[in-house]
Amino acid sequence: MTNLDTVFQALSDPTRRAILERLIQGEATVDEISEPFEMSQPSISRHLKVLEQAGLITTRIDGTSRPRRIEPLAFAAIEDWLTRYRAIWHANYERLDDLLEELKQEDDEK
Amino acid sequence: MTPLSMTTPTDTTIEITRSFNAPVSMVWRAHTEPDLVKQWMTGPPGHTMPECEIDLRVGGAYRYVWVWDDNRMSAYGTFREIEVERWLLLTETFDIFPDNETLVEQVFREREGQTTVTMSLHYDSKETRDGVLQSPMKEGLEASYQSLERLISETV
Repeated sequence: MTNLDTVFQALSDPTRRAILERLIQGEATVDEISEPFEMSQPSISRHLKVLEQAGLITTRIDGTSRPRRIEPLAFAAIEDWLTRYRAIWHANYERLDDLLEELKQEDDEK
Repeated sequence: MTPLSMTTPTDTTIEITRSFNAPVSMVWRAHTEPDLVKQWMTGPPGHTMPECEIDLRVGGAYRYVWVWDDNRMSAYGTFREIEVERWLLLTETFDIFPDNETLVEQVFREREGQTTVTMSLHYDSKETRDGVLQSPMKEGLEASYQSLERLISETV
């Protein structure tokens, strides 16, 4: 199960979101990812590590090159989580409708 | 009554909106009185909420406990801001992820006898959230954030 909090933590940083937007366009090496940022490669590597630990990206080994790519399964897991979360609140609020009707009747009886 | 809508206005915010056919005073009570909360905020089928404690004042704590089969889960936090029958801002932590604190905002609005509740879950970093607290609804929640929804639709 994806820990959604870890995912959101990873998404909470603007640089990491920019990196993801770059990777949506296709896989890229650390060099290519670093290019548009005024940031050292080690800093970018740290951001990539956070994204990878959250399961949002993966590293492919290609000879001496280590291109990063988006992990579609992680995003599917987020979508799945959101669907379940929606279902829980849908059910909660249906029960709240019933409870509010009961409260209104109690008020009327007073 | 309008159906539930769920959106992701920023990468790190989930917003749920739902209207109820009842005055705001009643909807507020249902959200803040333990005996009432226990009756509806029970979650998935088969779950119950046997314990619910709410100390409704700024800095006051709350705790919900859900049980199902032989399982048990709790959520807890404190109230940061309270405007009676209008606005609640609280922290939320689930015992299964004790290091992750989420900021939950609930806005209550009554119009023509109907009450709309908008619940926002802010998963931003603590720094961002503190910024949000200082200037609600302005900075920190800028539309420049690409929405999670778009990210999902483009990658799945």
